[in-house]
Amino acid sequence: MKRILVAIKRVVDYNVRIRVKPDGSGVITDGVKMSINPFDEIALEEALRLKEKGIVEEVLAVSIGTADCQQQLRTALAMGADRAILVQTDAVIEPLDAARIFRALCERETPLLAILGKQAIDDDCSQTGQMLAALWGRPQATFASKVEINGDVARVTREVDAGLETIEVDLPAVITTDLRLNEPRYVKLPDIMKAKKKPLDTLDPGALGVTPVERLKPVKFEPPPVRAKGVMVKDTQELIDALRRKGLA
Amino acid sequence: MGTDDIDHEIIDSIERWAERELRPVARKFDHADEYPEDIVEQMKGLGLFGATIAPEFGGLGLSASTYARLVMSIASVWMAPVGIFNSHLIMAACVQRHGTDAQKRQWLPRFASGEIRGGIGLTEPNAGTDLQAIRAVARRDGDAYVINGTKTWITNGVYGSCFGVLVKTDPAAQPRHKGMTMFLCEKGEGFRAAKKIRKLGYKSIDSAELVFEDFRVPAANLIGGEEGRGFQQAVGGLELGRINVAARGAGIAAGALRDALRYAQQRETFGKPIAQHQAIQLKLADMATRVEASRLLIEQAARKYDTGERCDLESSMAKLFASEAGVENSLEAMRIFGGYSYSTDFDVERYYRDAPLMCIGEGTNEMQRIIIARQLIERNPV
Repeated sequence: MKRILVAIKRVVDYNVRIRVKPDGSGVITDGVKMSINPFDEIALEEALRLKEKGIVEEVLAVSIGTADCQQQLRTALAMGADRAILVQTDAVIEPLDAARIFRALCERETPLLAILGKQAIDDDCSQTGQMLAALWGRPQATFASKVEINGDVARVTREVDAGLETIEVDLPAVITTDLRLNEPRYVKLPDIMKAKKKPLDTLDPGALGVTPVERLKPVKFEPPPVRAKGVMVKDTQELIDALRRKGLA
Repeated sequence: MGTDDIDHEIIDSIERWAERELRPVARKFDHADEYPEDIVEQMKGLGLFGATIAPEFGGLGLSASTYARLVMSIASVWMAPVGIFNSHLIMAACVQRHGTDAQKRQWLPRFASGEIRGGIGLTEPNAGTDLQAIRAVARRDGDAYVINGTKTWITNGVYGSCFGVLVKTDPAAQPRHKGMTMFLCEKGEGFRAAKKIRKLGYKSIDSAELVFEDFRVPAANLIGGEEGRGFQQAVGGLELGRINVAARGAGIAAGALRDALRYAQQRETFGKPIAQHQAIQLKLADMATRVEASRLLIEQAARKYDTGERCDLESSMAKLFASEAGVENSLEAMRIFGGYSYSTDFDVERYYRDAPLMCIGEGTNEMQRIIIARQLIERNPV
């Protein structure tokens, strides 16, 4: 069966103002609204659209993390994913281990595409997709703003520093999504009910041959400095003078 | 997956939809007093027109407590669109609770999908709170009834096509309610919306006068198939109706608090955000407490309703308190926003115009107090 594997990460909702724990050991997540990482939601939307076009028959949503991640997978199922897998662990998962887990699942599920968000809005690593492509030995098209599938080839427009770049990759491949790829659908209430009946399996990382390792030690979390008050300038000349004084022009 | 998780997901989806689709257009439609057709299409897709209709008839079968939370979420962004599906669901509930099996099979699936939308027609120009004083009459004629009369303040009157209409089949009956009957009436020859009422708030939603002139309705549309039960059918929906209106009031109260809380942290006077001034803090504290108290009263009434317990006292208390909370909080938000509150560039002026309706509709708050007092005395005899 032709399928797409989509990565779903549980993160603090993008509307929530992040607060750092008083001891600087992390950010506060107790009682905070959690959601699907917005880039992953775009990944799922793209997968659903490719399914609706008849290019694949199944969309598989995968999350890695605590049992709470089931909530985000249920949302993914309600949006339209056909089944979900939670690789359940309480361990800290760094991008390399996430990529290893996805690789193991890609080998097992043999998807036509693995679509991931280009980054997660919590740690902003932007590494998992690239690492997965390397480990899986398949091409990658990152920061996609447009995806077209023609037979065994995906034609992907990428958002790069210089503008837009269009490349073709052989399938299977890894795609990571940029913000402008699509606008995800909202969940319809009857689909929430239907999603109850869709399969959500739970696996242990060990069952996929991965033992998570913490290679990074967070030293301290702190909120960004409060932005200093700006100055009003009268006209362009005053602006240029001000910039000159600061050595910026 | 437990019911709580499902409820959580439902509310979450609704909140996201309201933020994404409703908030950006609310001001525009409200100021233009224009019917939000795209929003109605979206509400169909979302399943809102079947929210409380049983799953066997294609609805979601939400409990009163979940439904109340859903209503509150939407009303905290824009109260008016709630009316589009709420009045519709009161009509549907009437069929679901009192209709014959054939009526349920015929109507409920089409109500649930939003294919047929409508509301409930009780109030008349000279009869609102005193419902038994209605004058609309239906006279039997073969396999049909012929209806004459006028209904007013009917939500969805212009854009809806089907209404549960309360009439007298026996105007001379004593007691008066024994002569009252409810029909499902689809618009057609002899049944039209006469005029859309212009309002202070609750805009974009068509509150209209419905006129019946020798309108023939098939006898098969008599809800429950038996004359004389219309009054009970109508008032039987009032407990749920009050919970809904309470949720709308609480939603406005919550929306006013949310906007005020944000603004108070941004706006500075005397060198600090106004949220640091005690005068503003006192307001914010009272506003938040009213929202929370409303929420709890609503939850209590809805839980009782869901278990089938009598909840007239509880639903009246929730309706009274939460609707007043909507008025108080929207006015306090006006004060916190200061001069800007009077500008139509902000949403608080809409909350302020929408809120008073909750104190008047679905039984005035004066009426609620009387119900509460009567129940108190009845439950605590000396």
